[in-house]
Amino acid sequence: MEFSIEVNNRKIQARKGDTILETLTQNGIKIPRLCSVKSLSPTGACRICVVEVEGMKNLVASCSYPVSEGMVIHTHSPRVLKARKVLVELLLSNHPDDCLYCERNGNCELQDLSYELNVRERRITGVKSKLKLDLSSPCLVRDSSKCILCGRCVRVCDEIQSVSTFEFINRGSKTRIGTSMNRDLNFSNCIGCGQCILTCPTKALHEQSSLDRLQTELYNDKQQKVIQLDPAIMASIGEEFGVKPGKEIEGKLVASLRKIGFNYVFSTSFAADMVLMECAAELKQRMETKENLPLISSFCPAWVKYAEQFYPELLPHLSKVKSPALMLGAITKSYFANTIGVKQADILSVVATPCLARKFESQRIELTRNGISDVDIVLTTRELAHLIRIYGIDLQNIEPLLPDLPFRTSSSSGKLYANAGGFTEGVLRTLYFQTTGKEIPTTKISELRSISGIKEYEQKIGKEQVKVVVSNGLTNINSLVKAIREGKLDAHFVEIVACQGGCVNGGGQPIGLSVKDKKMHAKSIYDIDDTEIMKAAHKNALLKDVYDKFPEVVGKKNVDILLYTRYTKRDVLR
Amino acid sequence: MSGIDDIILRHSHATRDSLIPILQEIQDEIGYLSEESIVAVGKLLNLPTSKIYGLATFYNQFWFQPKGKYHIQICQGTTCHMEGAFSLIDFFEKKFNLKVGQTTRNGEYSLEIVPCLGACSKSPVISINGILYGSITAENLEEILEEAART
Amino acid sequence: MEKIHGSDQILLHHVLSKTSDEQKHITEEKISMLRRQTVSKPIIYIGSTTSSHVAGSKKTLKAVEEYRQEMNVDLEIIEVGSIGLCSLEPIMDVQLPGRCRVSFQKVTGDVVATILDGVLNNFLPSEFALAQYRNPLHQPWFNVPFFDDLPFFKHQHRLLLENCGLINPESIEDYIAWGGYKAFANVISNYTHEEVCDAIDKSGLRGRGGGGFPTGKKWKETLSIAANQKYFICNADESDPGAFMERVLMESDPHLIIEGIAISSYAVGANKAIIYTRNRYALTVIRLEKAIQQAYDLGLLGFNIFDSGFNLDISIRKGPGAYVCGEETALIKSIEGKRGMPNYKPPFPSTKGLHGKPTVVNNVETIANVPHIINNGFEWFNTIGTKQSKGTKLFSVSGKVNRVCLLEVPFGTPLSKLVELAGGVPEGQKLKAVQIGGPSGECIIPEDLQTPIDFESFKNKGLAMGAGGVIVYDDTVCIIDMVKYFMNFIKHESCGKCIPCREGSQRMLDILTAISSRPANSDGHGSLERFKGVILLESMAEVMRDTSLCGLGQTASNPLISALKHFKNEFEEHIFERKCVAGVCRNLRIYYIDVEKCTGCAACAKRCPTNAIIGTPRSPYFVVEEKCIGCGICEEVCKFSSVFFK
Ligand SMILES: Cc1cc2nc3c(=O)[nH]c(=O)nc-3n(C[C@H](O)[C@H](O)[C@H](O)COP(=O)(O)O)c2cc1C
Ligand code: SF4
Ligand code: SF4
Ligand code: SF4
Ligand code: SF4
Ligand code: SF4
Ligand code: SF4
Ligand code: SF4
Ligand code: SF4
Ligand code: FES
Ligand code: FES
Ligand code: FES
Repeated sequence: MEFSIEVNNRKIQARKGDTILETLTQNGIKIPRLCSVKSLSPTGACRICVVEVEGMKNLVASCSYPVSEGMVIHTHSPRVLKARKVLVELLLSNHPDDCLYCERNGNCELQDLSYELNVRERRITGVKSKLKLDLSSPCLVRDSSKCILCGRCVRVCDEIQSVSTFEFINRGSKTRIGTSMNRDLNFSNCIGCGQCILTCPTKALHEQSSLDRLQTELYNDKQQKVIQLDPAIMASIGEEFGVKPGKEIEGKLVASLRKIGFNYVFSTSFAADMVLMECAAELKQRMETKENLPLISSFCPAWVKYAEQFYPELLPHLSKVKSPALMLGAITKSYFANTIGVKQADILSVVATPCLARKFESQRIELTRNGISDVDIVLTTRELAHLIRIYGIDLQNIEPLLPDLPFRTSSSSGKLYANAGGFTEGVLRTLYFQTTGKEIPTTKISELRSISGIKEYEQKIGKEQVKVVVSNGLTNINSLVKAIREGKLDAHFVEIVACQGGCVNGGGQPIGLSVKDKKMHAKSIYDIDDTEIMKAAHKNALLKDVYDKFPEVVGKKNVDILLYTRYTKRDVLR
Repeated sequence: MSGIDDIILRHSHATRDSLIPILQEIQDEIGYLSEESIVAVGKLLNLPTSKIYGLATFYNQFWFQPKGKYHIQICQGTTCHMEGAFSLIDFFEKKFNLKVGQTTRNGEYSLEIVPCLGACSKSPVISINGILYGSITAENLEEILEEAART
Repeated sequence: MEKIHGSDQILLHHVLSKTSDEQKHITEEKISMLRRQTVSKPIIYIGSTTSSHVAGSKKTLKAVEEYRQEMNVDLEIIEVGSIGLCSLEPIMDVQLPGRCRVSFQKVTGDVVATILDGVLNNFLPSEFALAQYRNPLHQPWFNVPFFDDLPFFKHQHRLLLENCGLINPESIEDYIAWGGYKAFANVISNYTHEEVCDAIDKSGLRGRGGGGFPTGKKWKETLSIAANQKYFICNADESDPGAFMERVLMESDPHLIIEGIAISSYAVGANKAIIYTRNRYALTVIRLEKAIQQAYDLGLLGFNIFDSGFNLDISIRKGPGAYVCGEETALIKSIEGKRGMPNYKPPFPSTKGLHGKPTVVNNVETIANVPHIINNGFEWFNTIGTKQSKGTKLFSVSGKVNRVCLLEVPFGTPLSKLVELAGGVPEGQKLKAVQIGGPSGECIIPEDLQTPIDFESFKNKGLAMGAGGVIVYDDTVCIIDMVKYFMNFIKHESCGKCIPCREGSQRMLDILTAISSRPANSDGHGSLERFKGVILLESMAEVMRDTSLCGLGQTASNPLISALKHFKNEFEEHIFERKCVAGVCRNLRIYYIDVEKCTGCAACAKRCPTNAIIGTPRSPYFVVEEKCIGCGICEEVCKFSSVFFK
């Protein structure tokens, strides 16, 4: 039902059931807010979004109050502006204002808000918050002193990820965000997906940065410095430097990184092709033996940790193939090291990725050989952008270069896994070939490209009707897992990724992207696939070359160790 | 632990609605909420323990460490405040060398501040192991502590 | 119902007004016996509530039992509730056959024998006598006033408190004998849901939980919604500091609450009711649990009550301690097993409450009115009180009064009456102000005490009724200290969800603490800073009121703002002169030792927390001014009154 209301002396149309904020936003009226986010349930906690409604005694929080017919609203009256300003001043009164030393300097909602509301003087003084910095997690850092208790992280982790690491603890002025038993994050059930960082308005949650360490390592001339670029980075980093996403950016990044001091720049997609080959073979084999079906993807480290913590009984279903980044790390420190004649220990292996959970994955004991990790440093997209800034590189005008051989090119399948469902598309293409010796008739599977939480698709391959399921955002998987456990899911392959939409929206991507930006990023990945001629992993000629020499270079007994991994049940405070 | 097991068993069909009553029963049984008990309740109700811990820290009643042999509660209700409850707090903190909310190392005493104990006409009021004592003064405190030790 | 036999059957028929002619006689006899109209042996009644237990009533009870044993006399001992005179506890009544029931005050265990020795021999120890109950059938005692002649009772209108202190709260028979459960039986046999809602609506009953929302309107809203499940919640989470009306009522007459809940649940079509009370109210919980069990046993609760087709289950939730859980949405969350953080409204609980189902939340006192309205009709109820506020209101009066007490007055009574009935402030002191409504209320100066108690007059004066806790200040009370106390309470009890309440209360407390302590360097700049703080207080208070999510934050600044209005001079004294006239703000005091009086016993030096007292034994001690934090312990321990402060 539509009716009209009056806002700032102007008539506008409103729909019954909408909140005031929704109505205002649809009509282009901007209201500041801190606690409400579109995809999460409203709580009405911060009160920044208050507006004046005639006839109401108090101001009204527009994010959680329904519009009703005939309302007369003032969004920027003196009373409203004063209230908003005092609210921000209250937040700042015990905030450690060290913006200059702050990761979020220049990209902080609190900072923006205080500027917007013209806060120019410290009128309200409180004791500066001095809470313990929690540095225990390999992925994220909690700086509770900068937390404004908007509760967005709590809701993301509950409603989107269904991990529930965080909850409000204590009460009144002692309220904090805490984990179970108020333990440090490494004891908690956090899977390191980083979605909470993306939603946090301040620096209260941010990544465990590796930049300092990387810079030190870059001056170490004794080692060969190798970095690999994840395809999802190409979708998003460009914006930071005013370059269009897509192919061009990869070349510019390669050039920049060489300039910064990396000896080799590789493309993670190369390894992704390899992973697809292995995974398709694994699926083929399991379909033949009918053991541990469905096969569940394991390239998402956050999902793997989730499974290890909450569904250990599913571990036999998980694909034993390493994730692309770690696979490439392993090959770099073995095959590649042998080829160029250096020792495993003399290679610094860096991964640039949108995935925060890789920081944890790179430290997994299963992924070390001789006590040396296959990946030494994981940089997020944000850190990579920062690195480029630190070295003063003009990304826009730099001459592009190709990634280094031998891990230079990939099929477009090797890039598709950045989008949820893309990995499955790649598996199907190669599985089709491996099973029938022919190419799959239609490469593009639109059903797997929609944005819904659970996607299903069936593909006839040979005599078999292969059924695949894709789930993204962990809230959706509980029912899925239940079905698998009870043997009720007749699918052959299941792809699970922790981040909504997949790695393009990974926890290491730039903060503050709009929904539109995110759609564009996903599209840019699909665009590559649509224009690329080499669409399937098995068609990658460079890969074939490497495969042929591989057992010879690394020694036959090492092949399994380099390509496969294992999983263990993990005890955490659920 | 067997006491907790019994409680869990008794509530085997419980839903989240019973969370607070279950925690109360556990605290009545062992005097506080241990980590194991929180984990057990989480399993029972299929709730993340962060939610249980968050809930328990919200309410005054729950403790996360064993209480002392003598659990002293000092009333901070309005009337008791007006009658000088604050010096009682000072007194106990100094006497036992502990802060409100803590238990002494030897496990003898623990101290808690509570809202009105419901006997305002006898303020200031304290409670030792659930037994209320009224009209406390600096003089009769020691006596009361001795009496509490006897009972 | 067929299962219930014997005397229970008689009671039930009485409740249902179905007593047949042949039963009439034995029913009347039974009722008269339960009402103790005639007694065959002496009965001793002992007031037994939380507060009387602290006063020593358990020892009194024990002493009576011992007396009975030792003297080998035939006595009946009955524990009753409280008549509302806390300061006079323990209270013991004695009823001899044929004589009026007479009350004694301050009956500690050691005087029991003296009193009983006297009374049982028809000799009244008048120094302990309080008053006697008028009864035309009984012979009065000489020289003892009647309760209804005592000013304390004369000026009350005891409707809800009717049974309190008289009947045994743990006996459903007592309650029924005095007319209990008749209203409920009447309602479920003869009224439709709408008719009950209508009667309450027309009675003009308004919520006693603080808001004053018309109860009938709220009920009708819930009744009108179609839903497969509705809930009724009795809000018994009384947690305003200084309020204890509801505890006493529930401890003294629990069945009244159960009956009220039963009728209310029927009215709104709820078949599940929950009483949410405080875990700390241990005796309240015990008595309510007993009452519920007794009602089940008699078939007054449960499945198909009185064959009416109406089912009702009542359960108790023991709130684990959070003031804000008195707020209805927070209370609902607490029942659902969540942190008690209030939620935004709308939707209101009446449309979407517990588990998303329509839920009526009513205060205990509101509910206690319901059986009376049904029994006597809404027209009768309309005659009590004022035009817009009908009925009576309970108040607990504490603080600096001679008689901490609980009382019930009709709406329209001036506030000053409450102070008067509580015996005024202690001798030699002056009444300074009255804080009503606890941490969400205002302080009212003596000049304004003529304001009649009713929702409209209060609203016009910008006052909040609150739940009924009245705290009296005399001039030994420091206003700043009290405001600080309430703000500390808020900072502690705020749920921590929204910025204005969580941060605002902390910052206001900071400012108040600053103006009530000696600044480290006492130059003029410090005062200016402190003064700036006060200006900020007003601006913060306004924003808190305007933007907080729930009532707690919205009203949290009331004590402060009203104090600033009426006692500006006291604030200024604290700020500029660093003086607390009442001598309460410890951090503004400086302690000295009188050289003349000090014997050098060193007691103070041993106890001083900051070692600020130095000296050599047996010669006078000194206070080192810089080290003294003004805690006052030295003054307290000095047996020679040598310590004083300025
Ligand atoms: C902070 C806060 C505390 C409250 N505490 C109580 C309380 O202890 N008891 C109560 O009955 N109502 C309390 N209320 C009011 C309830 O929210 C609710 O309005 C009331 O129970 C409705 O009952 P009534 O209509 O019978 O008054 C409180 C409200 C707020 C905002
Ligand atoms: S979180 Fe924002 S406001 Fe706070 S210090 Fe960092 S940049 Fe400044
Ligand atoms: S913004 Fe202001 S405070 Fe920050 S660096 Fe610039 S001049 Fe300094
Ligand atoms: S990183 Fe992911 S799992 Fe960990 S707390 Fe944040 S949202 Fe939850
Ligand atoms: S950590 Fe960040 S998202 Fe979470 S409550 Fe604090 S400010 Fe909000
Ligand atoms: S979806 Fe991608 S970015 Fe997100 S956790 Fe998984 S692998 Fe990392
Ligand atoms: S006003 Fe206070 S108690 Fe109410 S929701 Fe806000 S923070 Fe919580
Ligand atoms: S008032 Fe307290 S601090 Fe000051 S001298 Fe006396 S005991 Fe010591
Ligand atoms: S206690 Fe009194 S008498 Fe004894 S040293 Fe102290 S001031 Fe002097
Ligand atoms: S955005 Fe509306 S209350 Fe926070
Ligand atoms: S204020 Fe202490 S008992 Fe009521
Ligand atoms: S308890 Fe008796 S009136 Fe206070």
